[in-house]
Amino acid sequence: MIAIVDYGVGNVRAVANMLKKIGAESIITNDVEKLSIASKLILPGVGAFDTAMQELKRLGIYNVLNDKVLVEKVPVLGICLGMQLLTNGSEEGREKGFGWIPAYTYKFSGEGGLKVPHMKWNYVEQVQHSPLITNLQNDSKFYFVHSYFVKVEEETHSLLQTEYGNRFDAAIQKENIYGVQFHPEKSHKYGMQLLSNFVNI
Amino acid sequence: MNVRIIPCLQLLDNGLVKTTRFTSPKYIGDPLNTVRIFNELEVDELCFLDIRATLQGREPDYYLLQQIADECFMPLSYGGGINSLRAAEKLFRCGFEKIIVNSALFKTPQLIQELATHYGSQAVVVAIDVKKNLFGNYMVMSHSGTLKTGNDPFVWAQQVADLGAGEILFTSINNEGTWNGFDIPLIKKVCDAVPIPVIAHGGGGTVAHINEAIRATNVNAVALGSMLLYQKKDMGVLINFPKDRINAACHS
Repeated sequence: MIAIVDYGVGNVRAVANMLKKIGAESIITNDVEKLSIASKLILPGVGAFDTAMQELKRLGIYNVLNDKVLVEKVPVLGICLGMQLLTNGSEEGREKGFGWIPAYTYKFSGEGGLKVPHMKWNYVEQVQHSPLITNLQNDSKFYFVHSYFVKVEEETHSLLQTEYGNRFDAAIQKENIYGVQFHPEKSHKYGMQLLSNFVNI
Repeated sequence: MNVRIIPCLQLLDNGLVKTTRFTSPKYIGDPLNTVRIFNELEVDELCFLDIRATLQGREPDYYLLQQIADECFMPLSYGGGINSLRAAEKLFRCGFEKIIVNSALFKTPQLIQELATHYGSQAVVVAIDVKKNLFGNYMVMSHSGTLKTGNDPFVWAQQVADLGAGEILFTSINNEGTWNGFDIPLIKKVCDAVPIPVIAHGGGGTVAHINEAIRATNVNAVALGSMLLYQKKDMGVLINFPKDRINAACHS
């Protein structure tokens, strides 16, 4: 059973809707028991880094997530802010991230008149193979809306890259840990393909 | 640069309507049917405005909005009667990505900061409705275009950007529903005044208008109403989205 982590800062309903559309069952929960028996986890996220990390701790699910991901090694997919939480930390806040993938989250500088947040459909370039991104159409585009971006420390952890002012990682992976900066649940058929892939991992 | 094209739908009494210069709402159809069509057409994003919520002093129709969100696999924004964190929270729970605030801000501008701090700037859109008076001066209006706020549009735009707005939905009341094209000088000036994305709204009637807005200004997105709801000017309702022609206009 896929558990969508409900920590008050993500579009959990939209993720569940798309999963339902592609025929996958899921539950939306922040209950430690239910999370501990999940076969896969999705960490959605919209909002502020510190608020998110603090809420995860306040709900008492920080530890179970660490166990599931690092010990039990269930597949986990971080979406948008959720992907940023996988990294060591963010320029947005003071809290540490989970640090599951060696990476850091930086702010878009807005230099040269570039509008921040990066808020639009954008294309991605595939730089590694991965079960998460098989069968993605060449002209796949996804909906991005974020003011901070991720750069991994090791290139092998970068799956998809996008340009907006600078190049950044649009999708990352380390073993069972996956992250996407864009919102697959809001990217029509392109997002459906990616979520389907995650379901089938 | 891909410019987002956003159908902007007006809600009134559980139905979709279309106004002209913010008055005379005409019935368009059932919101859910319309939303299904736009979802099938894979539009970039959808924007919903409850055009009388603030005037009628009521909250959003969360049940309807939830049903709408359940149909959509693209980003959704909603505005109309949002005046608290609580209201915003309920909207995000329904499945919306962004909330649009306007009238409430003239009493409590710090609402922008509160929303941005809690949900991130990208979730906060500030709608600015602008009317041009007989002397050619632009005035910021509130409450569905019925009250003068006394604000200068460009100063107000900068203020909301400073307070943490992620985006501005900038509507020309004079052009809205007229099919006459966007107010290009107005849009250009506000785009140049703020570091955040601007959505041009009001007057888009043809693909040429879209192209003009993109070429002449630094606009990040274009919101369309009448053009996507009617067959043609002064003709019957037809929900449409001429994707190829619009894509061509955006990419040229």
